Amino acid sequence: MDKTDTAKPDFFHKVVDCQWACPAHTDVPEYIRLIAQGRFADAYMVNRESNVFPAILGRVCDRPCEPACRRGRVEDKPVAICRLKRVAADLKGDIDDRLPAIPKAKNGKRVALVGAGCASLTVANDLMPLGYDITIFEALGVPGGLMRSNIPAFRLPEAVLSEEIGRIIDMGVDLRLGARVNSMKELLGQGFDAVFVGSGAPKGKELNLPGRHESDQIFIGIDWLESVAFEHTDSIGENVVIIGAGNTAMDCCRSALRLGGKNVTVAARKPRHLFKASDWELEDAEEEKVNILVNHAPEEFVIENGKLTGVKFAIVEWSEDETGRLTSKALDHVVVPADSVILAVGQENAFPWVERDIGLEFNKWEEPVVDPITFESTRKGVFFGGDAAFGPKNIIWAVAHGHQAAISLHKYCQDQPLTTRLPDTLNLGSRKMGLHEWSYANDYNPAQRLKMNHVDLTNRFKEMNIEVELGFSPEQAAEEVARCLNCDIQTVFTDDLCIECDACLDICPTDCLTITRNSDEEDLRTRLRVPAENLTQPLFVSGPLKQTARVMVKDEDMCVHCGLCAERCPTAAWDMQKSCIKIPYAVDEETAWQKRQKKSA
Amino acid sequence: MSFMTKPKVAHPRLRRNNLGLTRRDYEGTMSTLCAGCGHDSITAALIEACFELSLPPHRIAKMSGIGCSSKTPAYFVGAAHGFNSVHGRMPSIATGANAANRDLYYIGISGDGDSLSIGMGQFSHVIRRNLHMLYVIENNGVYGLTKGQFSASADVGSKAKKGEVNLQSPIDPVLTALALGCTFVARSFSGDKEQLVPLIKAAMKHRGFALLDILSPCVTFNDHEDSTKSYAYTRQFYHPAIHTDFVEPTQNIAATYKQGEAFPVTLHDGSNILLRKVAKDYDPTDRRLAFDFVEENLKSGEYLTGLLYIDESKPDFHDMAQTDHRPLNEIPYAELNPGADAMKKILARYR
Repeated sequence: MDKTDTAKPDFFHKVVDCQWACPAHTDVPEYIRLIAQGRFADAYMVNRESNVFPAILGRVCDRPCEPACRRGRVEDKPVAICRLKRVAADLKGDIDDRLPAIPKAKNGKRVALVGAGCASLTVANDLMPLGYDITIFEALGVPGGLMRSNIPAFRLPEAVLSEEIGRIIDMGVDLRLGARVNSMKELLGQGFDAVFVGSGAPKGKELNLPGRHESDQIFIGIDWLESVAFEHTDSIGENVVIIGAGNTAMDCCRSALRLGGKNVTVAARKPRHLFKASDWELEDAEEEKVNILVNHAPEEFVIENGKLTGVKFAIVEWSEDETGRLTSKALDHVVVPADSVILAVGQENAFPWVERDIGLEFNKWEEPVVDPITFESTRKGVFFGGDAAFGPKNIIWAVAHGHQAAISLHKYCQDQPLTTRLPDTLNLGSRKMGLHEWSYANDYNPAQRLKMNHVDLTNRFKEMNIEVELGFSPEQAAEEVARCLNCDIQTVFTDDLCIECDACLDICPTDCLTITRNSDEEDLRTRLRVPAENLTQPLFVSGPLKQTARVMVKDEDMCVHCGLCAERCPTAAWDMQKSCIKIPYAVDEETAWQKRQKKSA
Repeated sequence: MSFMTKPKVAHPRLRRNNLGLTRRDYEGTMSTLCAGCGHDSITAALIEACFELSLPPHRIAKMSGIGCSSKTPAYFVGAAHGFNSVHGRMPSIATGANAANRDLYYIGISGDGDSLSIGMGQFSHVIRRNLHMLYVIENNGVYGLTKGQFSASADVGSKAKKGEVNLQSPIDPVLTALALGCTFVARSFSGDKEQLVPLIKAAMKHRGFALLDILSPCVTFNDHEDSTKSYAYTRQFYHPAIHTDFVEPTQNIAATYKQGEAFPVTLHDGSNILLRKVAKDYDPTDRRLAFDFVEENLKSGEYLTGLLYIDESKPDFHDMAQTDHRPLNEIPYAELNPGADAMKKILARYR
């Protein structure tokens, strides 16, 4: 293998599994360390820079970071990253004086944002400090988008939502509530310099089976959740069947329990391991005694005397054909009694309000054609982000889109090319403080993942808005943070200092180091002290070592960043260095541009 | 040394041996030797060998004298027996222990000072006794624990860290052992585990005294440019004369090599050592040839390594003493202690 080029920021970035997996690349190890030091406001601000809504995301994020967490490979459970984020938010105190100043004098550019969801709010958050005049058009009477209308209050309290959204609106955004945009053409005629569409994926999918339209007790999941959120719906039948097994289904079944549902069943066509719902959301639903049926394919809504009485399901068996496609075979049929049915079989974005003759192209699925880097549509000056751009994902993706779209909007308004963007950069700094002293907590703490405490089952159903999760106390948080492996404290190797004494190999607790002769990757992976079978994790390969021309190979998979290799190295060929990944935002583009102007002047 | 203890966490896919143990289960306490010390690599090789042989930790007895080397037994197989004895006197203790319990695996760890200076007499006689044990000399050419004076194995012309040149000729443990009739003589290098681990395994299974002289650079006092026992010098001038593979009794030895490329030596427990010659005309069963060859190489400043001499035919200590085949702790008390009457009879013989 060629010598690993660690100068490319991606190599060390990938080692920080959580940060790499996060669409917004939140600096997780850094904020966990700040929490460990009791610096909750600092931890909150590290979060806010990348993910904008730490208190919201600390409760309802889809947390791609946790399945990626190294701790989950070394042991079985990852660090409770998401809930630690909530700790930072819960205990931060007042942070308003740390927010960027909003210039009094505007820069003369007006940007319209469609929808007041997380994507648009991120754009506003990034552009307001640069002096833009931002107008948000929101169809509903409150801002927040799906975060407000689709996530039940027992998971995400209203106050939390309002605080973080308010912080952005209070930057001076012109928020127009109850102002549904009915025509893109008309919006484009209002003289905005650029338009961003962050209107989400607000259309729930239908399930047109016999009987679908013969009852008023069959609801579309996201519409029903919205009507619950705005208190238009306050009851449901005793027997409730939810069709679908995604996270919307989980929110629906748990909401149904709080509105009078007694026997609540979630019915899925697929076996459990293929559910779209996150494991933890399934666990929470099961804790509340929701009945979960697998391999149940709905066939008919049973209507007796004009009244919905049940859902007829085929019980199916799945088999995989040669191409890997799953096909089902009906084995039996069953009728599950139901007074109400909620359909949670997916959602999609819909743009009936965007005219098709304005140079804005749609693909065959009626989705807008959007550039994945600039988020620009085929019409100059119109950008898309969040679920509106590439279909339903989740909040953290929408935030990531918002940051990138904000860069594009800024560049577009300033007549700069959209595609010349600042690259990600990475800084390294040694953590060596002196003899046997490292400026990070490198003791491996064998503690198990803390279980989140919940409001007990007898009390939680009394009101819709009793938050089920209690959050970690500072003492609990102090235990959980110690489980973080500090993956951003990188093992940095200098080839020509190595005397091949093997000290690092011998002391490494997880056997991730090997000195061996070089060869191709496939072969090398089999010849390590523990074969490197996890192909998603890269190998680090040094240049030829001085004495034998062999190479130092490190399998990044299981490194616990304890620093013993550096501690044991007699020549400091290994060093522990903190990596800091800088993802540029709109403000960085602006600063860099001004610097360039100064230079050329 | 490091002050950080190696955490208990291990790679989840770490290999397990026949006893269901991982390599980590054969570790000892945290090493207090200098970071980069060759001795720590030898410790790791011992751990690897014990793991691969699936030795039950409680069947191992670790013996040592005094010196950096003699701290080593604390750092491997924490669950084994151990005895840290007087300077240079480890062979006596090992002999006593072995006399009482012949069934344990004895690993003696010594250094060039412990064996070739203060313990030279003991060293010679334990070879004569052909005591069944692995005797490791962690050889670095200096007295590390007393700040780097030349030891008896320092080469002529080698410079100390402060610049003095050694003029006295060295005692070479390999030549000494060959001269004394040692039945298993090998030399290796702490920085070459591919050679070292099979040698340790073979030595543990050899019935009789197995000497393993391991060049083990002292990273603090003897790793400078004019040293002849530095990492760089040793790497440049050590030559494997013969490559040794250890083959378990359960493995099919014929399948592991082609005829002509290697020859096997069968050990007493049915395991085999496969020897692959690197140097032409080398025969590790010919003692005279071995002696000449090693000496020739030493003269030209080269360290010949590998299994240099083996003789499985010689009787060991227990054969010669005609002792019971059982360890003392397995002999019933009545049999072990013949009683007062028998004692009287014995004493009567001397009246």
